[in-house]
Amino acid sequence: MCGNEALAEAAIIAGCDAYFGYPITPQNEITAYMSRRMAEEGRVFVQSESELAAINMVFGAAATGKRTMTSSSSPGISLMQEGMSYLAGAELPAVVVNVMRGGPGLGNIAPSQGDYFQATRGGGHGDYRTVVLGPSSVQELADCMPLAFDLADQYRITVMVLADGILGQMMEPVVLDPKPRRALPAKDWALTGAKGRGQNIVRSLWLAEGALEELNFRLQAKYREIQDNEVICEEYQLDDAETVIVAYGVAARIARAAVDKAREEGIKVGLIRPVTLWPFPSELISAAAETFRLFLAVEMSCGQMIEDVQLAVAGRCPVLLHGRPGGGVPSVDEICEKIQEMTIRAGR
Amino acid sequence: MKTVFKRTGVLKDCPTHYCPGCGHGIAHRLVAEVVDELGIQDRTIGIAPVGCAVLAYNYLDVDMIEVAHGRAPAVATGMKRTNPETIIFSYQGDGDLAAIGTAEILHAAHRAEQLTVIFINNAVFGMTGGQMAPTTMLGQVTATTPAGRNSTGEGYPLQVSEILALLPGTVYVERCALSSVSRIQQTKAAMKHAFELQIDGAPGLSLVEVLSPCPTYWRMSPAKAMEWIEETMSKDFPIARLKG
Repeated sequence: MCGNEALAEAAIIAGCDAYFGYPITPQNEITAYMSRRMAEEGRVFVQSESELAAINMVFGAAATGKRTMTSSSSPGISLMQEGMSYLAGAELPAVVVNVMRGGPGLGNIAPSQGDYFQATRGGGHGDYRTVVLGPSSVQELADCMPLAFDLADQYRITVMVLADGILGQMMEPVVLDPKPRRALPAKDWALTGAKGRGQNIVRSLWLAEGALEELNFRLQAKYREIQDNEVICEEYQLDDAETVIVAYGVAARIARAAVDKAREEGIKVGLIRPVTLWPFPSELISAAAETFRLFLAVEMSCGQMIEDVQLAVAGRCPVLLHGRPGGGVPSVDEICEKIQEMTIRAGR
Repeated sequence: MKTVFKRTGVLKDCPTHYCPGCGHGIAHRLVAEVVDELGIQDRTIGIAPVGCAVLAYNYLDVDMIEVAHGRAPAVATGMKRTNPETIIFSYQGDGDLAAIGTAEILHAAHRAEQLTVIFINNAVFGMTGGQMAPTTMLGQVTATTPAGRNSTGEGYPLQVSEILALLPGTVYVERCALSSVSRIQQTKAAMKHAFELQIDGAPGLSLVEVLSPCPTYWRMSPAKAMEWIEETMSKDFPIARLKG
């Protein structure tokens, strides 16, 4: 299956009740697949008039307690930021897939990781966080979907699955796992019609003095809980490494091949691959900065995740970048050259 | 003694934040009475807009959601499609529905969503301080048309209901007003019909536009505002059943 279809089927298996979407390349396989499969399952598919409408349809379905998602690519995700801020304010669970393409503006339809800032910082207004998952294979992309729905329901938060054009289009074998994963809290806040109970209200406006500050502190406590419990990160060949590459998604796959190649040439390189981009594996990288000498961020952007690496390293080691923006994809040889250059410059 | 009138339990027993002479209080009560009379309080979900009625959930005792400016018909779509047994209504002002939310209302109607829309038209943006809305009358002085709305550069009053009535996806569109007792009774009948259509599963969207007074930003007394609806506003916004 291609990544886009695999994530769509994984979402259906994970119990997605409703999908709302608007066409944009390179994620059109998701909307097409969902239009067919959701009908077969007797669930809801709506092709919306815009990404603005799609995220607000998600907002509506989520408010009634349904598992719901949308998907888009970079320019469309920009349009959804208003809705994502409202989802955060109203504490509604939702899943958003971003199959990133080159930007800024209309950019191109080539794969990119240029939306890391928008995804991890929140492109909408206000003090909020979105859980961001950055899979690096079609299998992992599919596995992210049940996890995304579970995290969304457990914490009443939006979870973004941050893929890119390669991952969406690439075909790989995939095993879809229908097992239920987490025990989740009841959705007693959902709007279902006030039968046998008092009125439920879903809102994000808090005008009374101090009320919004209180909400924000409560949100921050929730975000801290997520940071404490939900970090996922893969380590590769770190034991004797002197240089550590940090990369996620497709860039991490290429970086992994570069680690193998550099090691064949006798350079001790390892890889840290964050799977959760927020919460970021800062503690692990901070600990690594005590041991390793050099860090290299490899990204399909001008360097965005590198800022999280720098924050974790806190000036203790040099952190360099190999970045390819606007649809450029780094090659194994480029990364190896960069590592050699860094190693020589560091006097090793 | 025979009870000839009592307040509906769907309207909460509390004072509203609305200005003296505002139409929202009347419109809220009409919605509440209709929900009560149709026996749908426990399966109705209301959508509050951004605007003066943003706090409608403080007054209407049904499940309610507050949504981004103009997006109510998209949110309603998400709710109704996933919960066809519920009765969904949006309560939207003219800034919300006729300016920022034109795409959402047009496409909800175009998709024939089975929703009920209460569209309160008071010819201004109320909550933000009485700025020009697409529905502002020519010559009307607002915070952003100090010399009166001029069609050159500021356009003409936008008749959204007439546009929506043209679409096959609407089953019922009526424009009413709150400018007299008989008009108010007619408004309630229209609202009731719009809800009944959804209850009966009519294949499309019903919308009731309500010409509603805003004495504060029309710079008039409440009594004068009622006259202005009849004498001025209804010229560009004819009070009539437009469809269904």
